[in-house]
Amino acid sequence: MSKEWNIGDSALSSRLFLGTAAYPSLDMLQKSIDASKPGLVTVSLRRENAAGSGQGFWNIIKQFNIPILPNTAGCYSAKEAVTTAEMAREIFDTNRIKLEVIGDDYTLQPDPYGLLDATEQLIAKGFEVYPYMTDDLVLAQRLVDLGCNILMPWGAPIGSGRGLNNIYALKQLRTRFPDKILVVDAGLGAPSHAAAAMEIGYDACLLNTAVAKAGNPALMAKGFAKAIDAGRAAYLAGIITAQDQATPSTPLLDKPFWHQEKKA
Amino acid sequence: MKIILNGEAFKISENTNINALLSSHGYKDKTVAVALNGNFIPKLSYEAHIIKANDEIEIVAPMQGG
Repeated sequence: MSKEWNIGDSALSSRLFLGTAAYPSLDMLQKSIDASKPGLVTVSLRRENAAGSGQGFWNIIKQFNIPILPNTAGCYSAKEAVTTAEMAREIFDTNRIKLEVIGDDYTLQPDPYGLLDATEQLIAKGFEVYPYMTDDLVLAQRLVDLGCNILMPWGAPIGSGRGLNNIYALKQLRTRFPDKILVVDAGLGAPSHAAAAMEIGYDACLLNTAVAKAGNPALMAKGFAKAIDAGRAAYLAGIITAQDQATPSTPLLDKPFWHQEKKA
Repeated sequence: MKIILNGEAFKISENTNINALLSSHGYKDKTVAVALNGNFIPKLSYEAHIIKANDEIEIVAPMQGG
């Protein structure tokens, strides 16, 4: 099974999108990228000091030659998000933007109204918007109406590790938007969560904390990459329908010690 | 005159453009992007943008993100 696939004009080598934050060290980040070979890596922008603390990180990321997905993390308004996206486009030389407009501090739940506002502005400016969103069906439809080709519903709140909180809603999105690229973004904790998302037909998974905070991030990154491949293969192969009763897998015909029922 | 650079107050000369500000504050040749009073300023416009008193400037660089 070829792992290569496309989003727009970009050929991606994997369906794992890996975040680069919160690793114990830059060395461990590099090892995690090496171990998992993600299709995209996410990056951000922060205030730079004169010492240039962000330059070393960027020099490391560049050497992997993996497509970059900048984010607007930490933005609480459409205005902040749009300006951040424009700065990211210049620095990273890509039209891709993972659009985050946060509406609630406690859950880091996206603000759907700010998200729509920013999406409309960014698409008008030529961006390829990857909206970080809740799993709300109507919000998804509005984003598609604005021109989004990619939707990134959360599995659970960022960094929570809870997995797929509402698989029903995620399945609905898959069913209702068969031609859109769907990526579960945020909340995954274990590789099995990623496999579950891929098994229901999601196109990719974006995760960070589950790898960065694992006991061995590089090994966990590899585990997620394998789970995503496994889930994708299962989806393509066609998973059997679950049923309540047993069905013997070994044929019973001509089994030894078979006793024909005697007729009275 | 006083300006706010990445949230901190600084004093700079009048008629300073963004290129000059970046050079004088150690950002020359670094990978950075700039916003002035909340609006993105493309690199090609640095020379033309003269900073005014009380302007708020953000200078950002690549950073780890999820």
